[in-house]
Amino acid sequence: MRKKLIKDTSTKNYYEDRFYVPLESKKIDVNETIFKDDLASLDDMKIIKSYVEYDQMVVFIEKNDNLKALEKLRDYGYEILTEISGVDFIEKKGGIEVFYQLLSIKHKRRARVKCFVKQGEFLQSVTALYKSADWAERELYDMFGVWIEGHSKLKRILMPDDWYGYPLLKSYPLQGDEHAKWYEVDKIFGREYRDEIGEENRDSAKVDSKDTFNFSRLYHEAEYGAKPPKEPYLQEYQEEGGVPLVKKVKRDKFKILKKRR
Amino acid sequence: MALHKVDYAKENGLPIVLTTVDKLIQWGRSNSLWAVSYGLACCAIEMMATGAGRFDFDRFGTIFRASAKHAEVMIVAGTLTKKHAEFTRRIYDSMPEPKWVISMGSCANTGGMFNTYSTVQGVDRIIPVDIYLPGCAPRPETLQYALMILQKKIRKEIPRRKQKAKRLV
Ligand code: SF4
Repeated sequence: MRKKLIKDTSTKNYYEDRFYVPLESKKIDVNETIFKDDLASLDDMKIIKSYVEYDQMVVFIEKNDNLKALEKLRDYGYEILTEISGVDFIEKKGGIEVFYQLLSIKHKRRARVKCFVKQGEFLQSVTALYKSADWAERELYDMFGVWIEGHSKLKRILMPDDWYGYPLLKSYPLQGDEHAKWYEVDKIFGREYRDEIGEENRDSAKVDSKDTFNFSRLYHEAEYGAKPPKEPYLQEYQEEGGVPLVKKVKRDKFKILKKRR
Repeated sequence: MALHKVDYAKENGLPIVLTTVDKLIQWGRSNSLWAVSYGLACCAIEMMATGAGRFDFDRFGTIFRASAKHAEVMIVAGTLTKKHAEFTRRIYDSMPEPKWVISMGSCANTGGMFNTYSTVQGVDRIIPVDIYLPGCAPRPETLQYALMILQKKIRKEIPRRKQKAKRLV
């Protein structure tokens, strides 16, 4: 039996700033811009932070205020919710930053509402305000594991229902964890066939020179497990002697056309 | 001279073809391969092109079927995700014997460039494959050639014999 490889990568966090971290973009006070009225529409709410960045207003609010804030902004003129998604800050701050991307056709501008959801906390569903939140929230749940309260059908949308783990978290390995590695084998054949079928070959350029079974030997084909014939077949498509009723093309009797007919 | 005016009795008699029943059956089988249209991603566009007028799969006797129950060859064209793997196996299982599989494109062969958590790294992890067809995406001629090789492979098989399990389980 093959030695069991137990490497539970799902618990390990890989987050670190490995890449180039760009300089912070310029942030402008909202009250100096055209977004002044937009922010004022959120009058009595607690706003943690707000600024204008790349011609978009960004407002940080409390997690429990998301319904109220979006309703006020919708009434102000942000008719469309284009996107909901999250950013994984589990390693740094112990939660996920959820953002709502809004578009106003009436005022011709965009705004972003952000809130911070700690791990294990619930977020209110905004499907009552925006229909488009329905799928976006399911995706948020599927990919980040943010639990949404009040959603009518909170289940996986992109991954299979019995998938383990949340793929867009920074702690999730790109090539999948131990569960992902065996998913289709476990599901279709059962765990007992793991040894027979084997691990996924993640290196698509890998050539096992000792493997004489699984490569298609053109013109040397044999059944699985059978010995390949010593002599190669004739390297031509048509069989020697031809197929019954089909004439064999003779290689030496061709004719080159001077021009297209 | 028109054909109906040939007097075979007067010349050398009717033309006669000699062959074995095995060969005749396999020749018939190889020239009427109905394919279950199983396009999963971009490769499927090339598969459609192969079925269309310019490349014309119909002249090989290959007709795309929407039903697996009438098909004998499955052309897996495109990226197979883990979510979809179960259904691929189910469709393969519902095809009648004898059946063959062409794995079309890098994605179906090895997972291709999608070396990620959600992609099956090769359909041969779940179904036995007869012909692997490389390329991203393979040109329609390549699929045609793959089919011709499959035809040749089928013509070499013996129809009466029980087929051995090809791979996997
Ligand atoms: S092999 Fe290339 S063309 Fe074919 S499905 Fe994969 S990415 Fe698309």
